[in-house]
Amino acid sequence: MSDLFPLKVEQAVSRRRGKVLVGPVDLTLKARGTTVVIGPNGAGKTSLLRMLHGIARLNAGKITWNCPQDEAQRRQSFVFQTPVMLRRSVRDNLAYPLRVLGTPRADALQQADDWAERVGLGYAVNRPATVLSGGERQKLAIGRALIRSPDVLFLDEPCSSLDGRATREIEDILQKAAASGTRLIMSTHDMGQARRLASEVLFILGGKVHEFGPATPFFEGPQTAQARAFLRGDIVE
Amino acid sequence: MTDLWDGLSRAFFLLVSLDADLVEITLRSLRVTLTALLIASLIALPFGALLAVRRFRFRRTTIAVLNALMGLPPVVVGLIVYVFLSRSGPFGVFGLLFTPTAMIIAQIIIIVPLIASIAHQALRELWSDYHDLLISMNTTHIQRIQTLLWDGRRALLTAALAGFGRAIGEVGAIMVVGGNIDHHTRVLTTAIALETGKGEFAMALALGFILIGLAILVNIAIHWLTQTEREGRW
Ligand SMILES: Nc1ncnc2c1ncn2[C@@H]1O[C@H](COP(=O)(O)OP(=O)(O)OP(=O)(O)O)[C@@H](O)[C@H]1O
Ligand SMILES: [Mg+2]
Repeated sequence: MSDLFPLKVEQAVSRRRGKVLVGPVDLTLKARGTTVVIGPNGAGKTSLLRMLHGIARLNAGKITWNCPQDEAQRRQSFVFQTPVMLRRSVRDNLAYPLRVLGTPRADALQQADDWAERVGLGYAVNRPATVLSGGERQKLAIGRALIRSPDVLFLDEPCSSLDGRATREIEDILQKAAASGTRLIMSTHDMGQARRLASEVLFILGGKVHEFGPATPFFEGPQTAQARAFLRGDIVE
Repeated sequence: MTDLWDGLSRAFFLLVSLDADLVEITLRSLRVTLTALLIASLIALPFGALLAVRRFRFRRTTIAVLNALMGLPPVVVGLIVYVFLSRSGPFGVFGLLFTPTAMIIAQIIIIVPLIASIAHQALRELWSDYHDLLISMNTTHIQRIQTLLWDGRRALLTAALAGFGRAIGEVGAIMVVGGNIDHHTRVLTTAIALETGKGEFAMALALGFILIGLAILVNIAIHWLTQTEREGRW
């Protein structure tokens, strides 16, 4: 397997009905670490992640992985801000990504049970996914994204409806994944979480990358007034 | 008034005594319509799913045509099938006119647009739910269609039941292509038309009760299915 990274983003723009959702973005992501995308509501975090993952239309510019596009695509997973629940049991939801790849049913179901246990849904494997609570849905979505052991995992506010304990458990899982080489690119509104997980921070404002750099210097002394205001919890002008 | 009561009581007697003609006609009706339904579903359900997931050039036109075909008068369908199957028609050599097969063909043509259209509407909704996830997972078109058909199976069963209701109660087309031949192509609806014409109200009413019973069963099934669907169980 070749390296996916560096990921080069050049002048990338994503529009929807004439409105620029995000961009133009210039960015280079290296092979290691966890990138945390932060910014106010409507700044374009979701749009950026979707554009990088390749499910939002790229209207201008280029996004190049260090390997063929279809291979890159296969090695990524995405956890959506509003998790998508297939109308099946929790177990079948977890097994789905493997079944699509042609994994035999028994094997896929066994891994599904294993991942249900890991994300803390062991008690609910037989429930229809559509009756899960908001937090349980997020856990399911994370398990379903990790079951393919992706090399790149996009997460769009994956812990927004989780309680403190579940958040820590999920962060644990994410940190283990990161330690074993999964590249995480996630957005969050939880600055505590951003500090705990980030090795680099991408601060986005009005669809543009406002600040991008290693996490520690960013949290200790942001370069721009807007980032400082955002970290203080003030209104960002 | 006495005629009516007399007819009703004799109809009731025909029903409880399982009159041989009555049973034969009912079974033939079910065989023709269920065969038509099976074949029509095999065509219409995947087609409805395809319309939901694929964006091709004439998609809108196809959907418009589908909806227009739903309103096609069955007698006209019968006429067209008749022309194709008649001795001088392109499929005349098969000698299918006035056989149950001809009736099956006519019913398929009548219910395919209906089933496909209902299936498409239901699956379009499901697809807008699933779209992002299935695209993100790099699924093939076939896999997307399979997933929609499986996870939408309740709604699809409803579509199929609606098709059954339409086909079993249809009279114009199968009268034209089947000919209402005794012990051969006589089914519930054509028999009712005939018996009523002859003034044999008892038989007509008994056949009518069976038809009404079937319609009620189908509607209960649809109601029950949509109910459980809304409650999110499956
Ligand atoms: N499909 C769309 N059509 C039109 N506008 C859109 C569409 N999707 C997003 N937008 C707009 O683009 C902007 C960026 O949206 P985005 O979802 O990326 O924000 P975000 O940073 O993820 O916000 P949040 O923190 O609330 O999740 C918003 O103003 C939003 O209204
Ligand atoms: Mg968002």
